[in-house]
Amino acid sequence: MSETMQSAEPRVGVYVCHCGINIAAKVDIAAVVEFAKTLPYVIVVRDYKFMCSDPGQELLQQDIKELGLNRIVVASCSPLMHEATFRHATEAAGLNQFYFQMANIREHVSWVTADKALATRKSQALVSAAVRRVVLNEPLEHQKVPVKPNVLVVGGGIAGIHAALTLANAGKQVTLVEREPTIGGHMAKFDKTFPTLDCAACILTPKMSMVRSHPNITMLTYAEVVGVEGYVGNFTVKVKKKARYVHEELCVGCNECVEACVYKEGRFTDTFNEGLSKRKPVYMPFPQATPSVVLIDPESCIELKTGKCKKQCATACTRNAIDFTMTDEIVALEVGAIIIATGFQTFDATRIPQYGYGKFPNVYTSLEVERLVNASGPTGGEVQLRDGSTPKRVGIIHCVGSRDEKTNRHCSRVCCMYSLKLAHLIHERTDAEVYNLYIDMRTPGKGYEEFYDKLLKEGVNFIRGRAAEVTDWTVTPEEEGKLVIRAEDTLIGVVRRIPVDMVVLSVGLEAHADADEVRRLFNISCSKEGWFLERHPKLAPVSTFTDGIFIAGACQGPKDIPDTVAQAGAAVAEALALVDRGFVELEPNTAFITKELCSGCHTCIAMCPFSAIRYNKEAGVAEINPALCKGCGTCVAACPSGAAQQHLFTDEQIFQEIEGVLNYV
Amino acid sequence: MTKPKVGFYWCASCGGCEEAVVDLHEAILDVVAAVDIVFWPCAMDFKRTDVEAMADGELAVCFINGAVRTSEQFEMVELLRRKAGVVIAFGACAQSGGIPGLANFTSKAAILANVYEDTRTTVNPHKTYPQATVQVPEGTLTLPVLDETVRALGQAIPVDYYLPGCPPPAKLIADAVGAILAGTLPAPGSVLAPNVGVCHECTRKETKPEKMLVTQFKRPHQVLIDPAQCLLAQGLVCLGPDTRSGCGAACPAGNMPCTGCLGALDQVRDFGAKALSGLASVLDAGEDAAIDAGLAGVPDPAGTFYRYSLPASELFAKLPE
Ligand SMILES: Cc1cc2nc3c(=O)[nH]c(=O)nc-3n(C[C@H](O)[C@H](O)[C@H](O)COP(=O)(O)OP(=O)(O)OC[C@H]3O[C@@H](n4cnc5c(N)ncnc54)[C@H](O)[C@@H]3O)c2cc1C
Ligand code: SF4
Ligand code: SF4
Repeated sequence: MSETMQSAEPRVGVYVCHCGINIAAKVDIAAVVEFAKTLPYVIVVRDYKFMCSDPGQELLQQDIKELGLNRIVVASCSPLMHEATFRHATEAAGLNQFYFQMANIREHVSWVTADKALATRKSQALVSAAVRRVVLNEPLEHQKVPVKPNVLVVGGGIAGIHAALTLANAGKQVTLVEREPTIGGHMAKFDKTFPTLDCAACILTPKMSMVRSHPNITMLTYAEVVGVEGYVGNFTVKVKKKARYVHEELCVGCNECVEACVYKEGRFTDTFNEGLSKRKPVYMPFPQATPSVVLIDPESCIELKTGKCKKQCATACTRNAIDFTMTDEIVALEVGAIIIATGFQTFDATRIPQYGYGKFPNVYTSLEVERLVNASGPTGGEVQLRDGSTPKRVGIIHCVGSRDEKTNRHCSRVCCMYSLKLAHLIHERTDAEVYNLYIDMRTPGKGYEEFYDKLLKEGVNFIRGRAAEVTDWTVTPEEEGKLVIRAEDTLIGVVRRIPVDMVVLSVGLEAHADADEVRRLFNISCSKEGWFLERHPKLAPVSTFTDGIFIAGACQGPKDIPDTVAQAGAAVAEALALVDRGFVELEPNTAFITKELCSGCHTCIAMCPFSAIRYNKEAGVAEINPALCKGCGTCVAACPSGAAQQHLFTDEQIFQEIEGVLNYV
Repeated sequence: MTKPKVGFYWCASCGGCEEAVVDLHEAILDVVAAVDIVFWPCAMDFKRTDVEAMADGELAVCFINGAVRTSEQFEMVELLRRKAGVVIAFGACAQSGGIPGLANFTSKAAILANVYEDTRTTVNPHKTYPQATVQVPEGTLTLPVLDETVRALGQAIPVDYYLPGCPPPAKLIADAVGAILAGTLPAPGSVLAPNVGVCHECTRKETKPEKMLVTQFKRPHQVLIDPAQCLLAQGLVCLGPDTRSGCGAACPAGNMPCTGCLGALDQVRDFGAKALSGLASVLDAGEDAAIDAGLAGVPDPAGTFYRYSLPASELFAKLPE
């Protein structure tokens, strides 16, 4: 279609979609069609069962060609769903795609309006708004901007590790940022993994050292992202590397310094062992830590706290790696895509006081028990109580901080399975009588139900019912000196008292406490529980509402390792699709300043969150760099002269839309 | 050749606009030489009957200043509209309601009660109010009736052009008259002033910091004003960015912030809303307390932002009948 025809008198076609019965059941389609025919510039109005289908799209394309339409309105679902579909259909028929306007009569009307008459009126109002607005739409072109080829992965758990390695193997330069001094995440703490009971370290540590040695991966541990600027394909990220007081490139992880430390024994909580052991101020998080580099904790190091230590560690280091003058460092990165894989935190068991965690020494969390059964854990893999004795009876309470109105309503998805795993390992190592108290046994997954069957045959006891409390108040001689779990056995309908030596609380998975800050930093969304929100729960599960930022692993919701790894692979595919394409098409709904109307008042300049506006001293006016403009509209609202406007959202278009809604009858 | 006939009239206004015509100084002689002033009750003795006697369209141009508040004003402007080929709304009150328009923040009843009962100097035991008609032995006396609200001229009759300002700057008047005589008036509906903000012609503009941010707004009596620096950058509520130029930034040149008398630019629908969002953008404050503190320098926001434009604003888009 020629330009002259496009800029001629508006000729609007309106298409009302039934969306099967999604819209048609609530909206009187015929009434909307009749109404649309009365609107100015409207040449043709049609309705169709599914406008998004090929025949639906052909309908409007044919009309563009045969009736010379130059404006298209489709009243259907949310623009999020099908704006792109209809824009492309419009473009394919030879009309600039921005001559298309969508009216959302599904999400905004039929799905949320109970009364049919009101729903019909509301649809008419929205169609009227769209018609008035589309008349003012202008032809626009997408701008192409190159994409930076490098990728940032945030979080070095199994999700982040898998993502970084896959990207690096595809030839991309990857930076992996991990908050802790070592990568590995939760998986590094486990001894065995369900359902196959393969050794966690055997499958994880090779991947960890591959990350360390891969020429395409830069690993920044003990580091956090502190700033993100830019937009899809062009992010500038600031990472703060916390001071380790040990030069990473000099340290070989020989641990001589740890030996030499003035503290002869560990004195401080070993967080990697979940507090089940003590460490020194200078320490290696765990033997296979990656990078294999020690660090000094400034909270407990005498030299760093008082400056008055003999510094035996520094003397012992033959490579002069220790440096007490080290400070935090900011590293700037330029990347095209970001994968967030920050994982989860476990539920704080003290929030359910009736289970006695923190009160009775022999009540443990599952993560602590993961360390106890771990060959490189604090007990060398022996299941021992705090007094060194071996438990003879063990109770494992499922769903602690999951499926519970008072704490978290969600199912944490992995606790049933890891509780079975722990039951097996404890039973195997101690021959103890093990009781699993569960609400429902949830074992959906490849080989999972079979694993449960295996446990049933191993002689582990299963009691169906939520445990009410753990108490040291004993009533029978048999209970003497033991902890008693009180629970209703819902299968036989009695309240049972189970005396045990050890209680394991299967704590649920929660979003990190700082999820909201991280979300803000990356400008993505969270569900109300704090899980990072995917763009679409089914069709865009690893994308976010911010283009170029993807999510993988347990930060998106509770999941096991197989699902985590699969998701990490999916996020990599999305990131590669973006980066390998080499460019992004920027939405042309950018702001612009008409220089004749600009007084040079400077109001807009400080407003722009993307620093896209500069003052041109010679011309005495403000100017917008369209490549940096994200189309947020902040300057447009601020400009006191109305000189700053936004393509596709000019004041006049918005006013027409409002008036269309208000004056439609 | 007969000279074009011109009329001047005033409605609800202070008289400043009439002064502005006289402010043309010697230039007024050129005007008088070029046109025939056939109606100007403020300056010379004309009667309504003189106008009524004219043929429709006989007046080439009529300049009307002031807002429309009374039945008499409405009758007069309707009459003048019939007699004049071109009607020019002269000054802020005619253009958008002006200072008298601030009365729309209250009601006719409240205004009358205040004047005839509540003020301390009023003694009115019988609650006597002015009446539209009253019988006296000599016959029936009549008074104009106060309308329910104040209207801008364009809300009462169709207006062809607007000469903005409180009062319109002499240069704009001279330019308008020049355009009338030369037959170079722009498209009907135009405002006869440049469509760019006051900052554009303000000598202080080049002193603006790149990022125009203010933590505290101040009133002129609270600060020693720097005579060269941008007033807004000093925290003074200068509405230069919001206001149409044509005044040569006279107020900032006189060390006073712009109060917005030339009104909004063509592309702005509501001066007050725009000015408010513009000023709020400049305020650099995050917490509620800091915002409140920063805004302490704007004690009367309605009067500040709608000082000249309340009746014509979106707030009063729908006038009561
Ligand atoms: C007790 C227990 C036993 C389990 N056993 C099994 C099992 O046997 N089999 C199985 O399949 N699954 C098991 N799971 C589930 C398994 O832990 C998760 O599926 C897996 O850890 C998810 O990996 P991830 O990388 O998404 O998260 P994580 O393992 O939590 O890793 C996230 C990483 O990101 C880092 N990080 C967090 N925030 C930031 C930040 N802001 N900046 C930089 N880095 C950050 C963290 O330090 C961490 O290293 C178990 C879970 C629990 C609690
Ligand atoms: S706010 Fe508007 S008038 Fe002021 S500098 Fe920016 S574009 Fe120009
Ligand atoms: S003093 Fe007022 S008019 Fe002059 S530049 Fe500053 S804001 Fe604009």
